[in-house]
Amino acid sequence: MLYFSTWKTVAVLALCALGILFALPNVLPQSVRDKYPSWFPARTVVLGLDLQGGSQLLLEVDGEALRRSRQIALQEDVRRVLREARIGTTSIQLNGNTVSATLRDPAQKVLALEKLRTLATPVGTTLFGGSGPVEVDISSPSDRVVAATLTEAALQARIRAAVDQSLQIVDRRVNELGTVEPSIQREGADRILLQVPGLQDPQRLKDLLGQTAKLEFRLVDLSMPAEQAAAGRPPEGTEVLQEDRGGGQTTPILVERRVLVSGEDLTDAQAGFSSQTNEPIVNFKFNTKGARAFGEVTQANVGKPFAIVLDNKVISAPRINEPITGGQGQISGNFTVQSANDLAVLLRAGALPAPLTVIEERTVGPGLGQDSIDAGTRATWYAALFVVVFMFATYGVFGFFANIALAIHVIFIFALMSLLGATLTLPGIAGIVLTIGTAVDSNVLIYERIREEYRAGRNMVSAIDAGFRHAFAVIFDSNSTMAIAAIILFMLGSGPVRGFAVVFLLGILTTVITAVTMTRMMIAVWYRRTRPQTMPF
Amino acid sequence: MRLIRLFPDDSKFRFVRWRVLSYPFSAAISVMTIVLFVTMGLNFGIDFTGGTLIEIQAKTGKADPGVVRALAQSFEVGDVEVQEIGSAGDISVRFRTQPGGEAAQSALVQRARAAFEKDYNIRRVETVGPRVSGELVQSGTLGVVLAIFAVMAYLWFRFELQFAIGAIIGTMHDIVLTLGFFVITREEFNMTSIAAILTIVGYSLNETVVVFDRTRELLRKYKNLPTPELLDLSINSTMSRTVMTATTTALSLLALVLFGGQAIQGFANVMLFGVVICTYSAIFVSSPMLIYLGVKTSARAAADDKAEAAAKAAAISRRPA
Repeated sequence: MLYFSTWKTVAVLALCALGILFALPNVLPQSVRDKYPSWFPARTVVLGLDLQGGSQLLLEVDGEALRRSRQIALQEDVRRVLREARIGTTSIQLNGNTVSATLRDPAQKVLALEKLRTLATPVGTTLFGGSGPVEVDISSPSDRVVAATLTEAALQARIRAAVDQSLQIVDRRVNELGTVEPSIQREGADRILLQVPGLQDPQRLKDLLGQTAKLEFRLVDLSMPAEQAAAGRPPEGTEVLQEDRGGGQTTPILVERRVLVSGEDLTDAQAGFSSQTNEPIVNFKFNTKGARAFGEVTQANVGKPFAIVLDNKVISAPRINEPITGGQGQISGNFTVQSANDLAVLLRAGALPAPLTVIEERTVGPGLGQDSIDAGTRATWYAALFVVVFMFATYGVFGFFANIALAIHVIFIFALMSLLGATLTLPGIAGIVLTIGTAVDSNVLIYERIREEYRAGRNMVSAIDAGFRHAFAVIFDSNSTMAIAAIILFMLGSGPVRGFAVVFLLGILTTVITAVTMTRMMIAVWYRRTRPQTMPF
Repeated sequence: MRLIRLFPDDSKFRFVRWRVLSYPFSAAISVMTIVLFVTMGLNFGIDFTGGTLIEIQAKTGKADPGVVRALAQSFEVGDVEVQEIGSAGDISVRFRTQPGGEAAQSALVQRARAAFEKDYNIRRVETVGPRVSGELVQSGTLGVVLAIFAVMAYLWFRFELQFAIGAIIGTMHDIVLTLGFFVITREEFNMTSIAAILTIVGYSLNETVVVFDRTRELLRKYKNLPTPELLDLSINSTMSRTVMTATTTALSLLALVLFGGQAIQGFANVMLFGVVICTYSAIFVSSPMLIYLGVKTSARAAADDKAEAAAKAAAISRRPA
């Protein structure tokens, strides 16, 4: 029956109105949108970085580094525990995730195992109060050997936690730079996708993110010249680090391994200038715990130098002239204004739990983005023009209906994308152009079927009705297969390609609605109004 | 007003007969493509090879690739590919992944920026690490394979296994030929190309499904029509739609090729090629397949069973008492 009930007509028209309402902000200037009442849809389609210009970095948390540092820490722990329990060993070896200690006296094995078990604490707690995976498995491969093995589950939990923490720190560091609306997302298990619209040269950003920024205050060991220690064996509990002398020059310096106070105890850091030398410095403040520890150490070591260590490099090693008990201090070094500023940013944001590597970088200049938008818009209009003219020339008034449905289809794509906050990319624009070509397919299927039925001798109403009815199965099947391909593309694609998949998928969805329901309504109204005698095509 | 008809009504063209030509042709061209694919390989973009791509535009509007090449080679970082794109003085410079990890890539980009900045606008800088590119190859291949299986399952569910197999053979044919297009034209193969291939997969199936849907319908109507005639009838009656849709799709892709700009032209070219190939394969590859695979929808099978049962019943009743 070529009849469209009133409520159905109203529903379709309301849907169109909604579509226009949601798509409208995209063509209005910001000033008009600002005047919208708050409940009014004012969201626009988000432009991808390839269209608006900007920089994108894919960062990877170095899980291997984390793993290595855990392995070394475990070895240290085993050594410490056994020494404290006065258990003699002939060797303590690290092999993969396992530390095995060979005991001098097999009789001490039970004691050794018992002591090692203190290391087997669970990592964190789960959401429901239960404990997380056990960090270390203790075993005894033979009667002389005890072994502690890091469990893979615990390592994975640590890497996950490190990624979470890195996300926060990256967020803080990037925001400290004052960049506009950066987007920071987790990607996969151990990656972070950072997008900064408008950024032209991400080098400074990369410099900032490339440092773990682990700050430590340690005492300098003066018992032996650093050169001698570097050539031979540094005294127990010390190591040789490089001190920055400016201009790319470094000299070795012997420092204690023991960390007096670390960057975790900082509450603030600001770049400034030294009142004496007028050189750039970084002023910092400790929290109560840090202030107390720092005060005690400086009191006990007046006259001796201490080292300010950042990521295992000594920035400077000033002499302690008097006890520093106020919980405040300054770091001087060979800073420029910018490097002092960067260090302050890094210290405020905190240290990364593991190094970050940039594994992918994409930067698009604003010129290219605008050119892409212009070209994409032009192509869209031309495609629409070609298709609209062609449809009208083939199907006459029915083609005209299909063209209206096509226009609504494009409006719907924009409305849905605005509503979902989806990103429009350059391939996405290509997707829109492509769907202009394919969207009319449903109409073509219907019209050709109507024509066939009509030529087979049905009257107009019955032919139109049969056309819509018969064409539905094929429209459904052909669009479903297209949708399957689009969904898979969406799942595996990233960035621009995903933008294409989104458009394509939405396009398939809306075309079914516009081509099937809307054209049908238009044809029903047209038929009732004009009562034509013959098929117009 | 006289309206356009691209395809005559009531055509009785015997399409599937042409398989005697189309099959050897398609087989030969597929084999050729695979040979070329193996020997020449694809022109992989940095998405898949890793490396650094810098796109610059001369401030004067006229760029000299020779000068750019000399400049880029002065960095002494191995092979450099310099290519002019379009006519507006755009040039792309491609470097290989440098040994020395992230820092080395950064240093190269810094150096290139400094060298080009004076006379050129930096339009685009992309660096893809080797790990990422390896994963992209994996996920791209996985996607295409997954799509084929998913669609096959769908068609099996909605049609019959023979239809699914026929459609997939046609789709694979289209994928192979599209890859051939990439090999021969040396068009850069990147992530967007994977998107193009998956879209072609979708379009190819779309074309085949339209014909098969009609075959499915006619099977119920004409139970005793021989398969080739059934297929010819299906193709002829859907032909005007096939031509229409191919034309509208090609028209919009043409707009993309002509006006869409440099960055999207590669995608548009491949898609345009794909539309032609998919239309051909739906008619001359997938459909005739059913002759060999044998069509027997459950409806037809049921009808056959019934006929058999009736024959048996007749035989029984004829038996002398």
